[in-house]
Amino acid sequence: MMSLFAVLIDGTIYASWLFLVAAGLTVIYGVMRILNMAHGSFYAIGAYAAASLVGWYFNNGVGPVWAGYLLMLGCALVAGLIVGLIIERGLLRFMYGRDEVLMVIITYALLLILEDTMKMIWGVNPYFAYQPYAEMGRSALAGLKVSNYDLMLVGISLVLGLGLWLWLERTHQGKVLRAVIHDREVAMAMGVNVRRMFTLVFVLGTMLGTLAGALTAPAISVVPGMGVEVIVLAFAVVVIGGMGSIEGAAVGALLVGLSRAAAVHYAPEFELFVIYGVMALVLAVRPQGLFGRVLARKI
Amino acid sequence: MRLSKTELILLGVAVLLAAGGVIAPQWLVFLLTMALAKAMVVQGVVMQMRAGLVTFGQGLFFCVGGYAVGMSGHFLNITDLALLLLIGVGAAVLLAMLLGLLMTRYREIFFAMLSLAFSMILYGVLVKSSALGSTDGFNVKAWTLFGWTPASGQAPLALFIIIVACSGLLAVLLHRYSRSSAGMMCEAIRENEVRVEYLGQSPRWVLYMNYVAAAAVSALGGGFMALSAGHIDPEMAYWITSGEFVFIALLGGTAHVAAPFIAAILFAVVRTYAIELVPHSWQMILGFTLLAIIVFLPKGLWSLFTGQARRAKA
Amino acid sequence: MNNSKKSMLKHPLAFAITAAGLALSLSASVQAAENGKFRIGVVTFLSGPAAGPFGEPSANAAKVLVEGLNKGQLPAPYDKIGINGAEIEVVIIDEAGGAAKQVEEFRNLVQRQKVDAVVGYISSGDCLAIAPVAEELGAMTVFYDCGTSQLFKEDKTPQYVFRTSLDAAVDNIGAARYLSKVRPDAQKVAGIQQNYAWGQDSWSDFTHSMEQLMPKAKVVESQMPKVFQGQYGAEISAISVKRPDIIHSSFWGGDMEALVLQANARGLLEDATAVLTCGESAIDRYKDQAPNGMIIGGRGPFGAFAPDNALNRWFKDQYQTAYKTAPTYPASKMAQAILGLKHAAENAKVEPGKIPAPLEIAKAFKGATFESVSGTVKMARADGHQAMQGIAYGEYQYDPASKKGGVQNVIAFSGECVTPPDGTTALDWIKAGFPGAQCN
Repeated sequence: MMSLFAVLIDGTIYASWLFLVAAGLTVIYGVMRILNMAHGSFYAIGAYAAASLVGWYFNNGVGPVWAGYLLMLGCALVAGLIVGLIIERGLLRFMYGRDEVLMVIITYALLLILEDTMKMIWGVNPYFAYQPYAEMGRSALAGLKVSNYDLMLVGISLVLGLGLWLWLERTHQGKVLRAVIHDREVAMAMGVNVRRMFTLVFVLGTMLGTLAGALTAPAISVVPGMGVEVIVLAFAVVVIGGMGSIEGAAVGALLVGLSRAAAVHYAPEFELFVIYGVMALVLAVRPQGLFGRVLARKI
Repeated sequence: MRLSKTELILLGVAVLLAAGGVIAPQWLVFLLTMALAKAMVVQGVVMQMRAGLVTFGQGLFFCVGGYAVGMSGHFLNITDLALLLLIGVGAAVLLAMLLGLLMTRYREIFFAMLSLAFSMILYGVLVKSSALGSTDGFNVKAWTLFGWTPASGQAPLALFIIIVACSGLLAVLLHRYSRSSAGMMCEAIRENEVRVEYLGQSPRWVLYMNYVAAAAVSALGGGFMALSAGHIDPEMAYWITSGEFVFIALLGGTAHVAAPFIAAILFAVVRTYAIELVPHSWQMILGFTLLAIIVFLPKGLWSLFTGQARRAKA
Repeated sequence: MNNSKKSMLKHPLAFAITAAGLALSLSASVQAAENGKFRIGVVTFLSGPAAGPFGEPSANAAKVLVEGLNKGQLPAPYDKIGINGAEIEVVIIDEAGGAAKQVEEFRNLVQRQKVDAVVGYISSGDCLAIAPVAEELGAMTVFYDCGTSQLFKEDKTPQYVFRTSLDAAVDNIGAARYLSKVRPDAQKVAGIQQNYAWGQDSWSDFTHSMEQLMPKAKVVESQMPKVFQGQYGAEISAISVKRPDIIHSSFWGGDMEALVLQANARGLLEDATAVLTCGESAIDRYKDQAPNGMIIGGRGPFGAFAPDNALNRWFKDQYQTAYKTAPTYPASKMAQAILGLKHAAENAKVEPGKIPAPLEIAKAFKGATFESVSGTVKMARADGHQAMQGIAYGEYQYDPASKKGGVQNVIAFSGECVTPPDGTTALDWIKAGFPGAQCN
């Protein structure tokens, strides 16, 4: 009974982290049809930015604790804004209209470049900015000790997911975006400035990526290569949920999170296969993912 | 069998390359051997690209080929190179025949992700197999050929000549395949699958055969890699390895059967010097090279040659 | 059509030849081989997650040490300039990319760069793959960190391959011996390892040692998360609910630091004592995020466990001055490998200023006893090719005043106590109850 409860808690926490990582990826794919391999690097940039600044802030006792949290979020968003703008304005906008697969490779090249750029800026030594994580303390939920920071992540992830969904479904801008997702050419013909939408969405997606990194940074040790490790996870979640769907990413994250937690508790031997197993299974039954749309075949 | 001019030239280059191996320094011979082994896997990627499918899991067959060779040596004491490679290819073909039934239902990014998933599952299984050394892998035994054992220190050169010969033959075969009706059908499927169906052909059947053939070619590369490096590990099935094959495939382009070979060799040379000259940022060099190729040569390195040809004609 | 095809195909031929020619001419530019310098190829992780905790300290140690050697600044017996009077030149290569690539780069180092010796390799897979190639090429090779027990089981009659680091089995036998001294009453043991060869072997060696040394302790949980996962929420819960007394982990690098942070924040490390076999490498970063009394090791008498001798004082000072931090165990191990190489090359009985051939170095290295930053090292196993040293464990202690971490209650075990004799595999030796072990 205890472990079933633990599976639910652990699964939810892991799922909320997965959703944070995957949200930016699915937004960018949904609108721009770019499967962004560099998304993991955005995550790592956010983590590095947060860890280096927050670490400096707390180690030197610059100000109050709550301001440290704001600083963490702030620097992630600024880093995302800068990186997103540079990449979209400086490179991607010249590539629109190219083959979808070619776009994947472009982002693969970006990944290689960003990995080494991060190494040049931050070196290879781990960054350790544990204060935001440690300061929050822990709670006991029915005998299970859980970090409050992790519970906060669940909250943030819920708010973010809901916000994104409302934005897409309930605002004018969201409607326009959905029009672009549905049919780019028709949207363009109706007078939508698709290019501006692309810039907006790419920067938003990048900021979601850096935010996920910044939120994760206090709980881990920030090291080179951490971005590469999350990218396949994020892909799996997005593919399971259906590419480009926010609610799909949420359900995919929950599915992966819960199955993984169950594996860890009941069958640690299979932990390594769970994610790919779930992905293969879902694709075998629903080739377009849980919430993916079936595209009409054009002759 | 009549050889066309293209095929004669391909074989000619192979003969020259093999002859060059005798005078080239040993490290270059080894580098070329590894590059050619990789090029075979890339051929498998390119075969599917011609049909419009991009695989992020060709490492699966690369790994199956390598492990089949390594394990046959270890557990069955087989040392004959030809037999080992045959076992590797056979294992991959069997697996591909099974997976192909499922894989051919998918297109585009879903094909890519599903192929990645299968490759990663094999990776997981191998990591779990402590009898096979888990992530450390194991060393592959020295090979013989029809009873002949290469003298100590001669094996790398001998293997180089063998792989050049195989590459030459493979190039000719793949060239014929790309001109055959099945090969042409693949291109047609990439252009418009529905039309192919309307013409009364079964795209799934063509893609299935193509998938199995590509697996066989890739496994051959994996077998050669195992024999030349002398070591295999689960990294062969990791998605980054598969990503590298796609990288090389795009570097060369899909226009000609020789392109993957050239791209693989260029990739190996660029990488080894990047590692030597800028050990801390060689990835960045690779990244910029790739971007430059996409921006300036969207059809791969091969467009350099065709571009020139067109200009010469005009 | 025919015409264009022909011109198309002339080009790849030309291209292949140009590429080969380019490679050849570039290789010719590497002429340093015959400049009378002793060239050492240093291979370690410069990218990826192992770069920070292992690769960088190792590369830095190599730089500090070689600079000191070239100026003749080291204390005796290493006060001779360079190696045997010849200046040392270092070629650093990234170890990332897998074993097949490392075999290729190793051949390049030996055949193109013409290095006189290669010192390196952290990954066990790389060591296993490199060993037969080193023997084939007759290239002097010193492994400085990898811990696989398989190395000299595969390379049965080593000639050019040496290892100055310890077998990983030693870490875990030592950990079990330390526990039996400080926590003899522990009942429940849990483990969390990275799911790859290193973690699996460590766990197997540790649990078998525990069966011999602390038969009353039972294994209650074993977790094997993916390497570099970073998030251990579920694993920590799964271990917590089993309420263990001891948690063994062979985690290293960022994974280890993340595990300590997360487990500590959730109270797991207050209820149970963690035993981290690689714990020393983050001793400067834990601060107050690791509980006092957490048991850490340094994979031998390295880093914080290194003895206080003239050589180590010199090394620590120089490293501290150059990089503003104390050398951790990977740094000490790199220094040890280069010192061993220097010792062997200078005892190869060639005239001063000359560079001895690999075979001459190998003969002098075999079975040698040399001084190192970690004390005296005996090449006493694997027919004189494998170093034997003791191992030490201690408890982490944080001093809030100076904001520095340290170790206390250190217990050192001699090499004879934790190393299997030649001809026996570590696992067999453990299962047989450590026959012939001489413990202090």
